Amino acid sequence: MKVELEADKCVASGQCVLAAMDVFDQDDDGIAILLEDEPAPELLDDVKEAIAVCPAAAIRLVEQ
Amino acid sequence: MVGASAAGLAAAETLRREGYDGTLTLVGDEPQAPYDRPPLSKQVLAAQWQPARLALRPPADLAALDLDLRLGVAATGLELTERTVRLADGTEVPYDGLIVATGVRPRRLPGAGAHVLRTLDDALVLRDRLGPGVRLVVVGAGFLGAEAAAVAWRLGAKVTLLEPAAVPLAHAVGAEVGALLARAHVERGVDLRCGVTASEVTEDGVRLADGELVESDEVLVAVGSQPNTEWLEGSGLAVGDGVVCDEYCEAARNVYAAGDVARWHNPLFGTSMRIEHRTNAAEQGMAAARNLLRPDTRKPFAPVPYFWSDQYDMKIQAYGYLRGHDEVAVVDGDLAEGRFVAAYRTGGGLSGALAVGMPPRVLRVWRQAIAAGAAWGEAVRTDATVAGA
Repeated sequence: MKVELEADKCVASGQCVLAAMDVFDQDDDGIAILLEDEPAPELLDDVKEAIAVCPAAAIRLVEQ
Repeated sequence: MVGASAAGLAAAETLRREGYDGTLTLVGDEPQAPYDRPPLSKQVLAAQWQPARLALRPPADLAALDLDLRLGVAATGLELTERTVRLADGTEVPYDGLIVATGVRPRRLPGAGAHVLRTLDDALVLRDRLGPGVRLVVVGAGFLGAEAAAVAWRLGAKVTLLEPAAVPLAHAVGAEVGALLARAHVERGVDLRCGVTASEVTEDGVRLADGELVESDEVLVAVGSQPNTEWLEGSGLAVGDGVVCDEYCEAARNVYAAGDVARWHNPLFGTSMRIEHRTNAAEQGMAAARNLLRPDTRKPFAPVPYFWSDQYDMKIQAYGYLRGHDEVAVVDGDLAEGRFVAAYRTGGGLSGALAVGMPPRVLRVWRQAIAAGAAWGEAVRTDATVAGA
């Protein structure tokens, strides 16, 4: 599974970092950064949580 | 789920993700598939985004949830004992579990012809009226009114912002931060008029309580919201400025509420609250869904609320429950430079933190302290600038 991040939709809430800090970070303006676009299977639950709590619907998980 | 916006969708997705494979009905009174509201007063009003960008999920992801999707039809009644929801088209939907997520609608002023800003249709109608030289009066300088004023100003409109309080948002963020936000309007030539009460919308503008007419081409009324709970009248659910829930977001047996419409007891702050923030809608929808699905392991919903607002070149971000605070202290940066963190005290505890123009990791530390229930004296050094309340 591959993580897709639409950075221009990001509102800098940092919700993704709180949910999955091994996969997401924020730059100095708060915009989300993808640390790992193909996260290990044990991180997928965290990624799904991040998708659910993202207030900008800016994250997706897609089948490769 | 009754309510097909952020909270209802989050509940639906959570139920599927946690293994519920039965019938899942999502009822929404708007015709559109679930869409995002915060951009309505920002990118949509500014004509930067087309409506398709607001979809909360791509059609394929929505289809994968295998929903019984009832869009464009409002719920009109609830029978708790029969376990059915009545819809406006005359159908009845039986349920084993129910999540109420019917949100809020804008308060209005007497008189016709004013805009409100809650739905996609509202935003598109207002967007098409804004432009250079258009005289816009915004009634209410809260977050929504301020964002809309900022966008309209950028589009070249002549904006007047009417606010009943002496300082906009003072009750929410404190007088000093409110004054900073007010200055952003004034510096740009927006005519901010505080301490005035709008009583009526007329053909020519807005009539104030003292009789003065503020002339305008367009009027936007942004004076707060009221929960959509009328359909629950007589159902037996407790309603009082929202659907009244316990700390699990449960309103009655197997009936939960989430999002803007839900009033619940947040044990982290020891108080009942109803939160109209985008992130709370998703988090509470998820929490309600989990508690409904697994009552044996249900958990109190004890979030640190979060909101953001984009006004001109400022991004305002806040964690916590700032309303009713007793004291504000600037704990980092400089208020005058518009780059700071303010901490909020309620009773003896740290209840919130608000930042403008600061890197995210700075505010994250404050969020942790709020989540940990930090005492004010532990969290805020005594040499911080105390702004008072």
